[in-house]
Parts: sequence; structure tokens; C-alpha cells
Amino acid sequence: MAVTVHDVRKVAQLARLKFDGAEERRLVDDLNQILTYVAALDELPTDDVEPTAHVLPLSNVFREDAPHGALSQEAALSNAPRSGHGHFRVPKVIE
Amino acid sequence: MSDFETVIGLEVHAQLATRTKIFSGALVSFGDEPNTNVTPLCLGLPGTLPVLNRQVVELSMRMGLAVGCTIQTRSRFLRKNYFYPDLPKGYQISQYQSNNEMPLATGGGIEVVTADGGTRFIRLVRIHMEEDAGKSIHDEPFVPPGESMVDYNRTGVPLIEIVSEPDIRTPEEASQFVNRLREILVYTGVSEGDMEKGHVRIDANVSIRPVGSEELGVKVEVKNMNSVRNCQRALEVEIDRQIDVVNSGREIIQQTMLFDPVREDVRPMRTKEASDDYRYFPDPDLVPIVVDQPWIDRVQSQIPELPAAKRERFESDLNLSQDQADVLTADRQTADYFEAVIAVGVEPATAANWVQGDVLRTLNEAKIEIDQLRATPAQLAALIHLIDNGTISANVARKVFAEMASTGDDPSDIVERQGLVQISDESALETTVDELIAAHPDEFARLKEGDKKLQGFFMGQIMKATKGQANPKIASQLLAQKAQ
Repeated sequence: MAVTVHDVRKVAQLARLKFDGAEERRLVDDLNQILTYVAALDELPTDDVEPTAHVLPLSNVFREDAPHGALSQEAALSNAPRSGHGHFRVPKVIE
Repeated sequence: MSDFETVIGLEVHAQLATRTKIFSGALVSFGDEPNTNVTPLCLGLPGTLPVLNRQVVELSMRMGLAVGCTIQTRSRFLRKNYFYPDLPKGYQISQYQSNNEMPLATGGGIEVVTADGGTRFIRLVRIHMEEDAGKSIHDEPFVPPGESMVDYNRTGVPLIEIVSEPDIRTPEEASQFVNRLREILVYTGVSEGDMEKGHVRIDANVSIRPVGSEELGVKVEVKNMNSVRNCQRALEVEIDRQIDVVNSGREIIQQTMLFDPVREDVRPMRTKEASDDYRYFPDPDLVPIVVDQPWIDRVQSQIPELPAAKRERFESDLNLSQDQADVLTADRQTADYFEAVIAVGVEPATAANWVQGDVLRTLNEAKIEIDQLRATPAQLAALIHLIDNGTISANVARKVFAEMASTGDDPSDIVERQGLVQISDESALETTVDELIAAHPDEFARLKEGDKKLQGFFMGQIMKATKGQANPKIASQLLAQKAQ
């Protein structure tokens, strides 16, 4: 199934990105090329292969419930573009 | 009104009682300074990787097993993608259920009592694990206009989401369902269950349909219900609103409503620009959780007797009233205390009276929990024994208990120290009685004439003179003999 300009707009909207018409057309082409390339995998017989979510044959990696590695408030806020009263300041979020 | 039947499904979020967060070592702590319980991971900083807290899986399994869920031998975490400032990574790590995806626990359910006195089994769809988001602040005076402020202390706090089937039929059943769940959460130690701290949060899906119809109506989601009372009220208001809409010939729109507990109404949440598209996909940073039978068996063996079973046992085996059983099982510590008292050989009815009465009153007055009470169950049993063997009167015992509660001393020591041993020696009491008769000749004359009120007067005087230590039975016998 080929990617259309509607798909590009939808994904862009979900990612909060904005493109002009030329960029949109280029992305349609790029994405279709990528999908066509990856579609080569369809030729492999995968009926007996479990869907893989993780490349390593690992399970049950846990940590114990013990405190570790907390930052100070000052350090936590040090990269914030804006901060105050111990908080991160962000543009108003309307409920 | 009765032409419609209500269909309610609930989603209950419960905060797990862990020390640290689900994927980082930051503390889970309420009311701390903002942004002090955060690690780079909680802030969504690049290069950080989540590692699952084992206790989260243990507690989630414990809740699942307590309500009869099937524990899935294999489950994993997925990313739920959306943008909001309280979610710095841009996705929430959660679990998902679909044809080829199973969360940690599925199925199970709990029973509620219906309005006609019967019972209804409310099935669960699942219990899954996920992380909480941070807290956005909009309305505080220190928030500059046009801005919000964010505190990431709550980001990554471990939650379970308990999802019911749409089996609930009334707001009252919904509030019972939440109460029963909360009771089990607290009894099993899965959650502290403190609603005021937001440990239990409720969302509901509500629809109405004509009575007899099997089809589900258009469902409306009601959010922001942070107490059981609010939940019941919000559902009542929403059901009335839906019935009005249908009766006036309009159609119910699928939407999300927020309950306003102050105005007691529901209002539509601002609809999102695009419809939700969370694009769930397996989180490549986390590996699957594989649970084997020995692990399940071990968690199962840690589940204590649940409140409903305990109530039933207190009523049928110990012959307590339903009221007594309710009070004594309201929390596990109280029930354990009571059972420890009867384990030493105290009659259940006597122990129940003491725990329900002086013990709970002392806790209320001192504003402490029962595990902070200095009088141990063994000491209370010893105190009751002192009444039974006539060493002290019941009245004196209550004073002794108050002293035990504040000092933690043994009742026998207190009785001895304060000279509270009951006077059962007839000759000793007779002297007191004779003295009092001599001091109140007029009153005694009226008693002799048969004025029963004076009996109380003299008993009061005897108790006063003996500082409450007179054996009331012997004292009243003596008095009766004298008055003949």
C-alpha cells in the first residue's frame, strides 16, 4: 500500500511537524522508496517465526526497589529553557 | 426514568506501594518539594534507559491473583505516544491488550451487592502495569499568565490500571466496586489506597439503553473522579443528563466529560484536535516479563485472607454481628489485633467489645494507627483476664487501658502501682458501707422505705469512697442486707 500525501500530513500532525507542499511531495516519494526497500523482506518465509520485539533473547531484567540516582532540584531544572518556583515553566496547557 | 438501564464500566488506577518508581530509582513520595524525586530518566533526557522495578511485578501479580485473574506467562511493555508537558518522553510506558498482545493479568472479578439484596459478579477485563505522568499546575498564583508549570516527581510512579467489563448497572454498584477493590488493595499491601493522595483514581464509561435491549448505547467517558462519593455523584449526574438528551429526542455524542465536584456537574473536556492515535508499539528498551508457575505460587501464598472472607468467618465462626464484623475487618491491622486478642483465649464477643470500644476510641482520640498503639493484644487479653478473675472492676479496667495505651506497661503493674485492686473483701466493704449510712441517715431512711433511687446514690458514694475499687456486686448485696 503506497504512502499518500494524506498519510504524510497525518503523521506530521501527530509529530507536531509542518511541511510545505514541495516538502510533502518529497516525503511521499522518500517514504514509498523506504517501504519498497523494506518490502523485500516479504519474500522471506516467516510463518514459523515469532514476531520479534527485541533483538536480544532476554527476559526478566529487573532492578531491586531501592532508591538510586536522584538529581537535586537545581540539577533537574538546569537544562530547562524556563523555570521558576522549583518547576519547569511551559506554554499554557489548556484543559 | 425506569425505561432505561444503565451500563457502566470502570477503569481504576491504583498507585503501587513501592519505595521507588517503576523504571528508575527515584523515590515515590507525596508532598515533597517539586522536581526533587527525579532522575535523568524521569525527565526523559537522552541516553537514559528504563529498568523495571521487580516489586512492581510482584505487587501487580498479587492484586491479579487476589481478584482471580489469570497471570499471563509472557507479557511486555508498549509505548503509548502522545504529547503533553507532563510526559517528557513523549510516550507513556504501558501495557496493551489485543488479539496478539496480553497484559500481565486478565479476567477475574469481584462481587457487589445489588439493590434487591442479591449479588452481581463484576468481571474484570484486565489489570495492567503502567507509569504515571507528572503534575501540571495551571491555576496557582505563582504561575505566570499564559504559562503552566510542571513537577515531575510523580512521573514514573508505578500504577496498575484495573479495567472492568461493562457489568455495573447503578452508580451505587460502582461505588461498591471501587470500595471493594480499594479494600483488597490495602489488605494485600498492593497500594496504600489513600484517595486524598490520589492513590486511587477512577474513570468511567457510561451509557444507557432501553430496558431489555442487549445493544450497548453510545458511551461517554467521565474522568476526574478522585473519591468514591464523587464517582457515585458524577455517574448519577451523567446518567440523568443522558436520559434528558434521549427523552428530548437528541442523540448522545461519544465524548469525554470532566466531573466538577464543587458544582456537581459534568462538562465536556475540550476535544482534542485530532482523534487519539496512540500508535502503541513494543518498547525496545524493555525486555519481556516471563512468569513461571513457582513464581505465581509464591505470590499466591503471600496473599492474606481477604476482607470479604474474613467478615464471613467473623460472623459464622465467631458469632459476631454483621456490624461488629464490618468494624473489625475495616482494615487488616484492626482485624489482626482482634484476632491476636482472641488467640490468647479471650471470648470473641468480649474481645470485639474492647477493640470496637476502648481500642478504636483511643486510636481516634490520639489520631494514631493501631500498629502505633502501645498496648499490645497480649496486654489487652491480660487486662480482660483481670476483670474475669475479679481483680479489677470493668470500670477500673477502662482507666487501666487508657494508662496501658499511653505507657505500654502491663495491666498488672498498673493495677498494683495505682492500688486499683478491686475490694471484694466483705468485711472491708462493710466498714465503708456502715460509715456511709451513718453519714447519710436521712437518705438511708428513705432507702429503707423502699425508694429505689437511693440505691444508686449509695452505690455512687461507695464507689467514690473506694475510688471505684469496690466490687459492685458485693457492695450492692451488703447495702440490700442493711436496708432490709
